[in-house]
Amino acid sequence: MSNASSAPQHSTDLPNGWEMVVGLEVHVELDTKTKLFSASPNHFGDEPNTNIDPVTLGLPGALPVLNKHAVELAIRLGLALNCTVQPSTFHRKNYFYQDMPKAYQISQYDQPINIDGYMMLPGDVRIGIERAHLEEDTGKSTHIGGTSGRIHGSDYSLVDFNRAGVPLVEIVSRPDIRNSDQARQYVAELRSILLAVGASDAKMEEGSMRCDVNVSVRKPGAEFGTRCEIKNVNSIRAVGKAIDYEARRQIDVLESGGTIRQETRHWDDGEGRTHTLRTKEDADDYRYFLEPDLVLLDPDQEWIESIRASLPLLPAARRAQLATLTGANKESESVYVIVERGQDDYVSAVAQAGGDAARALVYVQQAFAEEGATPKVAASDIATLTQMERDAKITATQAKTILSEMVANGGGDPVAIAAAKGFEALDTSAVEAMVDAAIAQQADAWAKYCAGEEKAMGALVGAIMKSSQGKADGKVVTAILQARRAK
Amino acid sequence: MTQPFATVVDIAADIASGKTSAVEVLEQHLARITERESDIHAFNLVTTEQARATAQQVDADIKAGKPVGPLAGVPVALKDNMCTRGIETTCSSKILEGWKPPYDATVVTRLQQAGAVMVGKTNLDEFAMGSSTENSAFGPTKNPLDTSRVPGGSSGGSAAAVAAGFAAVSLGSDTGGSIRQPASLCGLVGVKPTYGLVSRQGIVAFASSLDQVGPFTHTVADAALMMEVIGGHDPLDSTSLPQPMLSLTSVLGQGVKGMRIGRLADMPDGCEPEVLARMDAAYVALQAAGATIVDISLPSLSYCLTAYYLVAPAEASSNLARYDGVRYGMRVETGDLHSMYGATRAAGFGAEVKRRIMLGTYALSAGYFDAYYGKALKVRRLIANDFAAAYEKCDVILTPTSPTVAFPLGDKTSDPLTMYLCDIFTIPTNLAGHAAMSVPFGTGAHNMPVGVQVLAPALGEQTMFRVAAELERAS
Repeated sequence: MSNASSAPQHSTDLPNGWEMVVGLEVHVELDTKTKLFSASPNHFGDEPNTNIDPVTLGLPGALPVLNKHAVELAIRLGLALNCTVQPSTFHRKNYFYQDMPKAYQISQYDQPINIDGYMMLPGDVRIGIERAHLEEDTGKSTHIGGTSGRIHGSDYSLVDFNRAGVPLVEIVSRPDIRNSDQARQYVAELRSILLAVGASDAKMEEGSMRCDVNVSVRKPGAEFGTRCEIKNVNSIRAVGKAIDYEARRQIDVLESGGTIRQETRHWDDGEGRTHTLRTKEDADDYRYFLEPDLVLLDPDQEWIESIRASLPLLPAARRAQLATLTGANKESESVYVIVERGQDDYVSAVAQAGGDAARALVYVQQAFAEEGATPKVAASDIATLTQMERDAKITATQAKTILSEMVANGGGDPVAIAAAKGFEALDTSAVEAMVDAAIAQQADAWAKYCAGEEKAMGALVGAIMKSSQGKADGKVVTAILQARRAK
Repeated sequence: MTQPFATVVDIAADIASGKTSAVEVLEQHLARITERESDIHAFNLVTTEQARATAQQVDADIKAGKPVGPLAGVPVALKDNMCTRGIETTCSSKILEGWKPPYDATVVTRLQQAGAVMVGKTNLDEFAMGSSTENSAFGPTKNPLDTSRVPGGSSGGSAAAVAAGFAAVSLGSDTGGSIRQPASLCGLVGVKPTYGLVSRQGIVAFASSLDQVGPFTHTVADAALMMEVIGGHDPLDSTSLPQPMLSLTSVLGQGVKGMRIGRLADMPDGCEPEVLARMDAAYVALQAAGATIVDISLPSLSYCLTAYYLVAPAEASSNLARYDGVRYGMRVETGDLHSMYGATRAAGFGAEVKRRIMLGTYALSAGYFDAYYGKALKVRRLIANDFAAAYEKCDVILTPTSPTVAFPLGDKTSDPLTMYLCDIFTIPTNLAGHAAMSVPFGTGAHNMPVGVQVLAPALGEQTMFRVAAELERAS
């Protein structure tokens, strides 16, 4: 098991040399048309109890039939997480709750479909993936009355079975995460991968991606401490906050001479703290046994390979490609943002049309936040714009103005826009004439500048920009002034 | 043995040829129900009106020259653990009283497509847990051959319905012998098919890895025809074998010449001498027909009963956890949710069901799993290995179906263990997922019928039916 000691120093580092050990269990709803074991629609937000059938309701005599598309998406995800896909089985996890109509959940137990994968995080941090297994979701309970929104103390509960039987993959990381930044990066990267392979819409706000966090603390090199599992962590931001809170809580307990109880804790996002949900002693005995209504799931190798061949380029590879194209760092924010938005192909198209890839990266990050993977503005027009700026036909400020107009209008010829705005760049001889005029008019400033007072250049540049009505390129002006002084 | 009632084959032929009508055949059966049902209690529900409507439709179709199925107009009875759309399905349990499934079991659909006329839903031991049909919440069924005796169980109502001539044929379910044992006790042919040969879709589960549906008939030929109608792949049951149904009606005349018949060298204690005498007669008959008798042993046989009473209750404890009074069936109102659950289950389940839920929950619990459920799974593998070794030496194995003939009502109800011993010969087949059937072969004590059980490996039905047909000829 990795100690991940290569992780960089960090704003959330813990006091007194404590180290946190974090593992994540992430449940994602697969983006199938129908449920894991029945033909009812898998669709969020419909009228309660409309996407139901005898299998979903656990009616006597109804039998589960495995959804092949769900298996395919689980394999896609597993392969994208570098897992081994193996023959697998389903078990019954027996527990009684009102939103689980059969009183057991069909889940993979000791023989999951995907095992032994990993994910890379910035800084070449490798997070092991223990397993990514298939299971069915439960229904959704809403507790009415009372104060806590929980079943105890409520007046009555409503149950919606639309979600019952929706296919889930539970992705279980190894305890390789050492700080909350890594945890957030892990969840964000997982989300990007899910979207890239089309396995899930991964909307944490709709519950199609849900995180449980296991946290313990130790002194580096010591045995793992007792862990607590935190539930109800419903955003990437909350993942970081819950982990930092919980690690500090455990350190406070340990440093004041206490011991950590293994327990499940609930993250209260409003209060910014965790509290005990149930202790290990209260944990259910799930009485797992092999689900006799299903048979061995043994996808043939040919199918697995065809799924592998159909995988798109994954976010990490796309970031590397974009970084190479643009000269940016592959871990830079702009590279992450552009790949996240799916606009890396667009940047590449700009470059292919003869544009400057580095400038295109900046333009697209700044101006195309609302545009999605296929911006309306033609890549060739952005290419032209980057060329105009590179060739100093327009200034950076002018380029930005033109870009805004192109985005607002859903496109446009940058040459024409520049002309309409009177943005024709001044040629160098015109700028030189202006520089000479400014030197003559601002003799004091020129003298100070020549004496080595760099700040004095500001007055000269200001005068030139004013006389050119902003059409002179600041960089060109600066270069001419420096050249004149050097003579 | 001469049959007091017409066979499925004859009824179907006579209706198809116009010699009689579906309505006429139905009314004969309904008349027998009127006459004797109050004494026998084979049914939880007689569906007289639906049956008349179906029979009239069959007659109309025949009159119009439309093609009809192989069971057109044949009256059938269904064990009341088979879902029938819009018709109460109770499992003879109070907890499901009043529940009308929104769908038909696959076997029910196949019977309908074959033109069968359903006359009613038959009584059973609650949730198919029992060997005498005395565990029904709605009262016991009596053996039509002697109403002081049990018909066997758990499919006792289905056996009694055919034995009494209330239906020409019926379906039961067999988890540890629940078709074969009542068939034996009522003098009928009863088939437990290879696991996966007949769909379980719509059969209310008792022990899902053991349950199979099969027919009760008067003759081996009727059983073969019924198997061809109900068997074969069903995409709605993941454990259904992905292959077409075996042809059985075509093999019945092929005889047993050259076949090797396995005989248990180490017969367990507890068989009535008259039963053992009929076994000897069966071997003689098959030998006379050209088969050879081979002694085989099943060393794990003595562990099977114990293993079964861990595996079946374990699965049952899971299958029956859903009956909570919320979505269907009975509910005992108490004012709050958690006490409603408890009160409903306390009132809704009978003693035997509660006993098995507790046994099964215990066997699966943390700390006990390896010692009980885990061991039981090992026995399942052992008995499968035993059978594999035995079938190296023989083609089928012959045993008694039941150690005894039908016993008096109330005889075994006070001691669950003696009741469990009824299934000692039938349980190994379910644990192994193999095929077996019971064939009537004369009578034993009290002039009650004795059944011979023919065991065959998985998908060995053709061989099994050839032997059964030979025994029928010899009986």
